[in-house]
Amino acid sequence: MTGRRIMTADEIRRATIRLSHEIVEKQAGTSGLLLIGIQRRGVPLARRIAEAIAENESVDIAVGALDITFYRDDLSLVAQQPVVKGTDLPFGIDGRTIVLVDDVLYTGRTIRAAMDALVDFGRPQAIRLAVLVDRGHRELPIRADHVGKNVPTSREEIVRVHLEEIDGEDGVDIERVVESRRAVEPVA
Amino acid sequence: MTDVLDGPTDAGELVIPSVDVAPEDGAVGWRHRHLLDVDDLSIDDIDLVMRTADAMREVLARPIAKVPALRGRNVTILFYEASTRTRVSFEVAAKNLSADVVNVAAATSSVSKGESLVDTVRTLEALGAQMLVMRHSVSGAPYLAAEVFNGSVLNGGDGWHAHPTQALLDLYTMRSRLGSLAGRKVVILGDVLHSRVARSNIWTLTAAGADLWLCGPSTLLRGFEAWARHGVAGSRRFHVTSSVDEALRDAAVVMALRIQRERMASGLLPSLREYAARYGLTSARLATARPEALVMHPGPMNEGVEIAADVAAGAQSVITDQVTNGVAIRMALLYLLAGAAR
Repeated sequence: MTGRRIMTADEIRRATIRLSHEIVEKQAGTSGLLLIGIQRRGVPLARRIAEAIAENESVDIAVGALDITFYRDDLSLVAQQPVVKGTDLPFGIDGRTIVLVDDVLYTGRTIRAAMDALVDFGRPQAIRLAVLVDRGHRELPIRADHVGKNVPTSREEIVRVHLEEIDGEDGVDIERVVESRRAVEPVA
Repeated sequence: MTDVLDGPTDAGELVIPSVDVAPEDGAVGWRHRHLLDVDDLSIDDIDLVMRTADAMREVLARPIAKVPALRGRNVTILFYEASTRTRVSFEVAAKNLSADVVNVAAATSSVSKGESLVDTVRTLEALGAQMLVMRHSVSGAPYLAAEVFNGSVLNGGDGWHAHPTQALLDLYTMRSRLGSLAGRKVVILGDVLHSRVARSNIWTLTAAGADLWLCGPSTLLRGFEAWARHGVAGSRRFHVTSSVDEALRDAAVVMALRIQRERMASGLLPSLREYAARYGLTSARLATARPEALVMHPGPMNEGVEIAADVAAGAQSVITDQVTNGVAIRMALLYLLAGAAR
């Protein structure tokens, strides 16, 4: 199964820089900002955005990692438990502006879970959402504040984000599932 | 992670949580429905339990140490034997995962009216039990329960046979202090004969590559010499000795076991005083082990018998770590087994 490339490494780089500008603009500065990447690919993306902000604003923004596994709403549906990748929030979140970072925004259920997880750590002043790709098909009333690229998709398609830090290269591909939706191996 | 939380799209359709999940974001590969002993866990299974326990440690460190992973799940705790730490540890673990916990103390239940184990298990299941944590004085009792129970059975200790969660929390405690146990000398000292803790630890520690020594009076080591002669699970690093000096020399871990007076048939020990004098873990004896050797005890302790009070509370003691890690390990196991329990 080969995919169609919808974002190249250069496009990812430019989108990340634009996201970093938008985030700072919306906050009217960097005061109180925290970036929290959702495991797994949201984490390196959040680091990249922080690096871009450091370059433009000469301010280091703290970056955390959030694992939403324990907050998933389908734990009672999947046949096997998902892998837990770990949460690392080396700061308090009370009164801060949290920017959640993820690679793909789809149904919105991951973000719902992430917000539930976050409020267990404290009471942020605001939670915002930045994603590299918004592919539509929301099932919850959730929208992103900052989007790298809007991609119209069908539900039969898969959006795959590859990042250097995890996959050895940068790129976003869109694939059509040919076999019968791999229905026998949930989450595998 | 991409959105992985899609529910079924059409009523009646086979549940497809997501087609947007990369393989490394996928399922854990855990295939066990019950945890009856550690001898049917692979090395990969054990590693997975340890990694999941790491995540649980992080949860335990949060201001609100509670996640909704097992929300709506009924965990019933059925103990036929006295216990404080194991029962409370399971209860805390289940509650930290937001499960509904039902506690059954066999002494005050219909068991005292003569209800059989099988009937009790069936009754608890009819009352909603989905995961059954069980302790029983008869070896093998959880295996019988697992035959009739449609959920998951977790063995919280059966007779002399097995105490899998204790062995896993012991291994986790050693690994988090020492890293790999490969080639490290680990001593289990004391009443090995009556110890389900020792029997389960033998499997996990040899699997982890430790150089394992069992030590105690020969009356409390009966039967284990054959294991030493033939090796355990392919490991030849398994030794049995009645010499404390030989056992403790250069040890990296010393685990003292409780003298189980309630299981002690007469004639196995001359007296507790003599046992304490010859086998008790004192600071003088501990000094012959490696300087940074870990002191462990599964509890409850008879201080002054198998372990001196100053050693139990000393700088090398990780006994309270064992208790904390026990909650993390039991959370990990409840989480992993819950995936197979439906």
